Amino acid sequence: MPVPILRLDDVLVASIQAALTDQDLLQLRDDLSEKVGRFRARGVIVDVTALDVLDSFATRTVRGIAYTARLRGARTVVVGIQPDVAFAMVQLGLTLEGVATALDLDEGLALLRRDAP
Amino acid sequence: MTGRLSEPLRVRLPVSEELDVVLARTCGRELALQQGFREAATGAIATAISEVARNIIVHAGTGEIVLEVVEGRGRRELVVLARDRGPGIPDLHRAMEDGYSTAGGLGLGLSSARRLMDEFGVVSTVGKGTMVTMKKWAA
Ligand SMILES: Nc1ncnc2c1ncn2[C@@H]1O[C@H](COP(=O)(O)OP(=O)(O)OP(=O)(O)O)[C@@H](O)[C@H]1O
Ligand SMILES: [Mg+2]
Repeated sequence: MPVPILRLDDVLVASIQAALTDQDLLQLRDDLSEKVGRFRARGVIVDVTALDVLDSFATRTVRGIAYTARLRGARTVVVGIQPDVAFAMVQLGLTLEGVATALDLDEGLALLRRDAP
Repeated sequence: MTGRLSEPLRVRLPVSEELDVVLARTCGRELALQQGFREAATGAIATAISEVARNIIVHAGTGEIVLEVVEGRGRRELVVLARDRGPGIPDLHRAMEDGYSTAGGLGLGLSSARRLMDEFGVVSTVGKGTMVTMKKWAA
C-alpha cells in the first residue's frame, strides 16, 4: 500500500496510514527522494503514528530517507513515534541518529519553520 | 490481567511473503494486548517477531511463526517460535553478534530479538533448517 505524500508549501508530508511491508518502506524512500527534487522541497515530514514497529529494517530505511533528503537540500523530521515503539527502540539502543523528531505533525512543521534559513 | 487460561492458546502463521511478516507481528501484538502485557512488552514482542519473520523470508524463503500463551512457573508467558526448513546457520555464534550478516543487512535482527525478549534460543542445522524460540513474561 503506497504512502500518500502531500505538499504544504515547501514541505513534503508523508503520512503512513498502516503497518508497512519492507517493500512499501523502500517505495516511500524512493518516492520521497524523487519528490524532494521535483518540488524543490526544503523539508520532509514522515508521520509514523500508524507505524506498528520501527525494527532494524524500518530504522535503517527512515535514516536513509533523512540522509538522502539532506543531500538534496531538505531537512527531515519524523513525527508520531508511538510509546510502545519508542520503548522497543530504547531497549535496542536504536536511534534515528541525526534525524530530528517531534511529537506530532504540528510540532514537526513548527520545527521546520523555526529552523528555516 | 485476564483470568486463568482454560486451555493453551496457540496460533500458527505461515510466512512466505513480506505481508506475512506484518501479519505475524500484528497478531503477536494483539495477542499480547489481549493477555494483559504492558505496552513496553507489546512493542518488544512485535519488533522481535518482525525480525525473526523477516529472517525466514530473507534467509530461508518460507517457514512459519507459532504464537503460544502458556502458564509457566506461576506466570503467563508469550512464546514465539519461528521455524523454517531453510539452509540453516553454519556459525550460530557469529550470527548472534551485532553486525554479522551474510545478506548485506545490518546484522542486527537476531541480536535485537534477543535483547527485546526475556528468553531467547536458536537451534539450527545446516541443510535442515532453523528454529528460534523466544519468550516474554507477563509482568
Ligand atoms: N532463518 C534463518 N535461516 C538461515 N540463516 C539465518 C536465519 N536467520 C538468520 N540467519 C543468518 O544469521 C545472520 C544474522 O541474522 P540477523 O537477522 O542478525 O542479520 P541480517 O538478517 O543479516 O540483517 P538485518 O536483520 O539486520 O537486516 C544472517 O545474515 C544469516 O546468515
Ligand atoms: Mg535479519
